[in-house]
Amino acid sequence: MFGRIMGTALACLAALAPAAGAEEAWDRVLAEAEGQTVYWHAWGGDSKINAFIAWVGEEAQARHGVRLEQVKLADTTDAVARVLAEKQAGRTTGGAVDLIWINGENFAAMKAQGLLSGPFAESLPNWRYVDVAGKPATVTDFTEPTEGLESPWAMAQLVFEHDSARLPSPPRTLAGLLDWIEANPGRFTFPQPPDYLGTTFLKQVLHGVIEDPAQLQRPVDPATYEAATAPLWDWLDRAEPHLWREGRAYPANEPAMGQLFADGEIAISFAFNPGRASAAIAAGELAETVRTFTLEGGTIGNASFVAIPFNAAHAAGARVIANLLLDPAVQARAQDPAVLGFQTVLDLDRLPDEDRARFEALDLGVATLAPEDLGPALLEPHASWMERIAEDWVRRYGTAP
Amino acid sequence: MRQRAGGLLRQAPRLTLALMLVPVAAGLAGTIAPAFGLGGTPGLQSFRALADWPGLGAAVRLSLVTGLAATGLSLALTLLILALLPGGRIFGAVLRLLSPLLAVPHAAVALGLAFLIAPSGWIVRALSPWATGWDTPPDLLTLNDPAGLALIAGLVAKEVPFLLLMSLAALPQTDAPRRTMLAQTLGYGRAAGWAFAVLPALYAQIRLPCYAVLAYSMTAVEMAMILGPTRPPTLAVQIALWMADPALAERGRAAAAALLQLTLVLGALALWRTGELVVRRVLLGAAARGWRGARLDRLLRPLTLAATALVLAAVGVGLAGLALWSVAGLWSFPDSLPQTMSLRIWREAAPDLARHAALTLGLGAAVAGVALILALACLEAEQRHALSPSSRAMAVLYLPLIVPQVAFLPGLQVAALGLGLDGTPLAVAAAHLIFVLPYVFLSLSAPWRAWDARIGTVGAALGASPGRIFWRLRLPMLMRPVLTAFAVGLAVSVGQYLPTLLIGGGRVTTLTTEAVALSSGGNRRVVGAYALLQMLLPAAGFAAALVLPALVFRRRRGMRAA
Repeated sequence: MFGRIMGTALACLAALAPAAGAEEAWDRVLAEAEGQTVYWHAWGGDSKINAFIAWVGEEAQARHGVRLEQVKLADTTDAVARVLAEKQAGRTTGGAVDLIWINGENFAAMKAQGLLSGPFAESLPNWRYVDVAGKPATVTDFTEPTEGLESPWAMAQLVFEHDSARLPSPPRTLAGLLDWIEANPGRFTFPQPPDYLGTTFLKQVLHGVIEDPAQLQRPVDPATYEAATAPLWDWLDRAEPHLWREGRAYPANEPAMGQLFADGEIAISFAFNPGRASAAIAAGELAETVRTFTLEGGTIGNASFVAIPFNAAHAAGARVIANLLLDPAVQARAQDPAVLGFQTVLDLDRLPDEDRARFEALDLGVATLAPEDLGPALLEPHASWMERIAEDWVRRYGTAP
Repeated sequence: MRQRAGGLLRQAPRLTLALMLVPVAAGLAGTIAPAFGLGGTPGLQSFRALADWPGLGAAVRLSLVTGLAATGLSLALTLLILALLPGGRIFGAVLRLLSPLLAVPHAAVALGLAFLIAPSGWIVRALSPWATGWDTPPDLLTLNDPAGLALIAGLVAKEVPFLLLMSLAALPQTDAPRRTMLAQTLGYGRAAGWAFAVLPALYAQIRLPCYAVLAYSMTAVEMAMILGPTRPPTLAVQIALWMADPALAERGRAAAAALLQLTLVLGALALWRTGELVVRRVLLGAAARGWRGARLDRLLRPLTLAATALVLAAVGVGLAGLALWSVAGLWSFPDSLPQTMSLRIWREAAPDLARHAALTLGLGAAVAGVALILALACLEAEQRHALSPSSRAMAVLYLPLIVPQVAFLPGLQVAALGLGLDGTPLAVAAAHLIFVLPYVFLSLSAPWRAWDARIGTVGAALGASPGRIFWRLRLPMLMRPVLTAFAVGLAVSVGQYLPTLLIGGGRVTTLTTEAVALSSGGNRRVVGAYALLQMLLPAAGFAAALVLPALVFRRRRGMRAA
């Protein structure tokens, strides 16, 4: 009897030991982080996101004594260039950037050039809640394995927006969209590639018209590239003359296109955030009759991450922020359409009941599709596709004949 | 002691030139190196990549055409206003309305104008649907037109106030009212008489501001992004886009393009100089023939009034539109006014505002103050020690205005990092000084040099020391241009985006870095709020430059503005 109890206790201890070790390590991070000021370089073009980051800062101060300062960027590359400049100048410690909001080619570039510290993500205490299996984009960033060098904090998926009062039944397939564009000239456009969202739209079309979408998960094969992308250019050739301004001008980026949609210049818009329309309605920026939809067969989805540069002055504080961003209460707040409307990266089934209740209590908003109606999230193609098709778009359509 | 102070003053021009030359040279070196592949694979591959870009020809043409057209139109309108409007109530009103526009950030003017002329903008809204029958916006290319007309309009609206203020600071030294009067008594038309009698003296003093306007118009980024064509954009915008490319491989191409842009600016300046000579010849010929041009006024005056009103209305109504957007709730087409109003944006902006405004103002005042002291020291040294500025020295001073910012700032950032100087307000102030000093010098030097030296001679004959002449005669008499120079310096400092961002490492944030970051989101509501606030600081400076001398000199008729 005693032996069995002893054995069980030993087994428990053995099971706990690594966890206890991890806990100790995390306590050391917390102790080091206290009193630090973390400079989070994040795109500052959206006041809702800025307000959310400010709120995270208040939480970090209250919970862990870490001060968070958002460095508002017009472009994430400014931060990448900054770290690169520091490396060139030989500054290997005390860097200005502690944390970057990043994904895709910025991450690939920093990873390739050894500008990141880590791996750190998988040792964060809240990592256990991340839905790695259900949302593979949390560990595969544009086919680039994250290898713990960045930690996810929000999921994004391409959704289309329409005003149900003016356009009751929008097209749900790429072929249908093309027919609609031809029948309604001047009412559709996309941000001018190489803009991120504009190129995402090209990828969405490519995914729909390419013969074998599986090849998008591999780097571009120069031998088959021309043939593989021919259907994409056919689609665009047919659409271009009927685009907004006959394709002679394009909006610069997502917010510029959002403004065109709000102004009624275009009838179908799209965003990389399923909750954007609801949030904009709640803020009084879009009509209440706006609704969202996705295409049959799914739309492209990816995750937003935070990464820590190799020379960050306050790396411990940055880890504390990365962990805080995965906290169920913070994730639930981010998903609230009145706040951000970002999709969570967590697996709700793994959460304690009270935390799951936070998500279930959310009113997703009038225009947001329920998770089951959102359709499959297609994995981002390899970054080389994005580069090639953006380059080719510029060559084919980017300059006036 | 006195000897040493004199020695220090004598060195002021050299010190100032070094302050300009060293950072620009360091920055340029940091740009030229990547263009030729130094630090990687040396060679001309960056230039080949640039030549391979299909939009190159169009982008170069756009930069030249929009820059030259905007500068020519701005100068023409400025001169017409100065020639035809003074003496009436309209002139005072124009001055009061135009001067604050100088302080408005370029991005705000552009966004305001864009909202006005877009097919879903205020003009079409005001006429829809009752007059046009449109309940959805028409598909017209009024913005981002391939010829760059919208961009030219935006640049003119922004540069006319600058040239006008520069001219007003110089005008009292040209004896304009008496010369105009004399010309008119000889039967010359107002415009023709002014062109013959006043223009030569005035243009000599505003030539360098014109060059700065030309260089700026060709390299403006924020405005061209909002109003300019997109397929392709102007060369400056394309450089900024390549600089921002995450692949980092485009840096070489961007550096090569920056060198091309520099060459273009120099070429355009040469072209402008040729234009000056042609106009001079034409004027001389007309004057020699005794051409009076009396009937010209009847055509030009209404034209001037209409163009001025158009500029004022475009910017004024555009900004009013942005102001309204900052309190707008839902505002969809074709409503002329928002359906709902809300103070949400202002509530959100309020907490950050005080902090940013204080830092922006502190930086601006400190930088403008230092620049003013340096400029005064140079000018005074020049006069007391009979130094004459070589043309090479002048070229150095204007380098920061002519070299595109996107070209030499990244190089400068690497240099500052290497020295561990970045990320502090002091470093940002030093970077601002590079751009502020030329403008301050530019706006001060011409009126300073044009000061009637006989007054100083009389002072010296009465026993006054050079210092006393400076403090008691020259400085007070030139109070208006001195304060204007300070206000220009403040406005330039407040408007700096790239230097603040790159040298400040994101830790020194001003109203402008916030506003540009926000305007990258294109949100008219937030941009409207920030633009209004960003305008207030420099506007206060210019108001002081106009009001203070008027107060101090209210009993001295000879010191009033023309």
